[in-house]
Amino acid sequence: MAKADPQGVLTGAHYIDGDEACAEGAMAAGCRFIAGYPITPSTEVAERMAGRFPTMGGTFIQMEDELASMAAIIGACWGGTKSMTVTSGPGFSLMMENVGLAVMMETPLVVVNVQRGGPSTGLPTMPGQADMMQAKWGSHGDYEIIAVAPNSPQEAFDLTIEAFNLSERFRSPVFVMLDECVGHMTEKVVIPPADRIEVVPRFMYEGPPEKYLPYQVDGGRDGVPISPMLHAGMGARFHTTGLTHDHRGYPVMTPECHEQLLSRLVGKIRDHKDEIVHVVETDVEGADVVVLSYGISTRVAYGAVADAKRKGLKVGHVEMKIVWPLPETRILEIAAKVKGLVMVEMNLGQVVREVQRLVSGRCKVLLAGHYGGTVHDPKKVLSKIEEAAR
Amino acid sequence: MFELRVTGFGGQGVIRAGQIIGKALSLHGGKFATLTQAFGPEARGSSCSAQVVIDDVPVTYPYIRGTDGLVAMSQEGYTKYRHELRPGGLLIYERDLVVIDEPPGRRRFSIPATKFAEEIGMKMSANIVMVGFVGAVTGLVDIGVFEKTLPSMVPARFLEQNKRALAKGWEFGLAEVAAATKEAVR
Repeated sequence: MAKADPQGVLTGAHYIDGDEACAEGAMAAGCRFIAGYPITPSTEVAERMAGRFPTMGGTFIQMEDELASMAAIIGACWGGTKSMTVTSGPGFSLMMENVGLAVMMETPLVVVNVQRGGPSTGLPTMPGQADMMQAKWGSHGDYEIIAVAPNSPQEAFDLTIEAFNLSERFRSPVFVMLDECVGHMTEKVVIPPADRIEVVPRFMYEGPPEKYLPYQVDGGRDGVPISPMLHAGMGARFHTTGLTHDHRGYPVMTPECHEQLLSRLVGKIRDHKDEIVHVVETDVEGADVVVLSYGISTRVAYGAVADAKRKGLKVGHVEMKIVWPLPETRILEIAAKVKGLVMVEMNLGQVVREVQRLVSGRCKVLLAGHYGGTVHDPKKVLSKIEEAAR
Repeated sequence: MFELRVTGFGGQGVIRAGQIIGKALSLHGGKFATLTQAFGPEARGSSCSAQVVIDDVPVTYPYIRGTDGLVAMSQEGYTKYRHELRPGGLLIYERDLVVIDEPPGRRRFSIPATKFAEEIGMKMSANIVMVGFVGAVTGLVDIGVFEKTLPSMVPARFLEQNKRALAKGWEFGLAEVAAATKEAVR
């Protein structure tokens, strides 16, 4: 860990919205390049960074579309900067092909999706959480991904830093799954001094450039099987590609090489899933029902959990700050002890299906879903808690 | 908890007014204030409103479910949102722009905020006049809290006019409250 560059850290107490707080988190984490195409309700993120970048030597490019935005941040990353793009559902769909490229090239970067109601252009100015499975599986091929889900402007700041740190630690794209409600919600955000913000520096190659092999994983770093990077212009000639490749970065079209590569790409995240957990638990011990939630839906769940407790039910709450990978070990421990789990999410059943698959009948797993456009009615969540307790 | 909606038409600075109230309370007033805003895909700039949920503890549910205070800077805003004002809720409106139709006993205060802003020499500061007025008639916070907030929320070259606008709304509000109290006593 290193300390944040003070140039990017706007220390103090602010009254800003989730989009602006996300932008501040990115800059505090060291992001100095953003490419994007404007789309409600995410545009304020890029707007904020474009306004602040001149003070810290950052670059913003408004691209022709989201395909190009994603390509640009992959290039910027290999050029030596921490990079990000920001969009909403329709743009997220367009980014998917190059998300796969970033996964395959093991490019650390952050993609922010301020979710709105969908499908298609849907509800541009209203919230949704229905891009969660797209975040998990939206690009083709087998891979694992990391996604965080903030529930407030303060968390938008904190978790965007965490997203950048995870991207560097695992050399992987990381998604920040905001939503319109949090993105356009203004609250107090406290930004600490730079020396209190930990950032994960890029894993860099330190040997002679002429001997550099871009995917040669020797010891990895901190137990993660990744290779060190070199940036464009640092004296090495190397090749990186979306094709299945060997340690030299050259395409090798054999099942053996494919197996070797994918087992590492998937394993570097799957094998560390117990380390990537970030949950906040309340009253889980001794509970009959535990509510699972993420992002804005946690704030609806608070009210429903409080109402259930007033009715005498024993209810716990697990707020998932990181949704992908799912906190599998913890969910299984809880499932062994409770009557039921209630998943609160603003969609018609996405993350809940992964929880049901995982729990495999050990306890009831109910969905408190919602179409979006606004947040849940807490009464509907309460009725699911009551159903799970029966 | 106090749920406040500020509504009007684009250009009046109603979102700004909501931001100033929320920021003042959150950063200098010892409260928690969560602000959300409503607008359509085609209408960033026409009829708009800011919702502020104010509490002594962190706000969980982000939207308002009824209003304890409705601030109407336009007729459309009043007509659209009057139904959500709670029975004991407070109606605050721009006297020259909104004609109200309320049951007897509705708590209400009105101010010619735009006229006052014009007298100060800056029509744009009507929202700031209204912020001062809202502060005085709701008793949410002291004027000093708004004075601390203002410099970060208005352009420096217009700070003096805005301070005058804030004070004007505040003083008028206190006078209206005093008059209403006198009326009630009589």
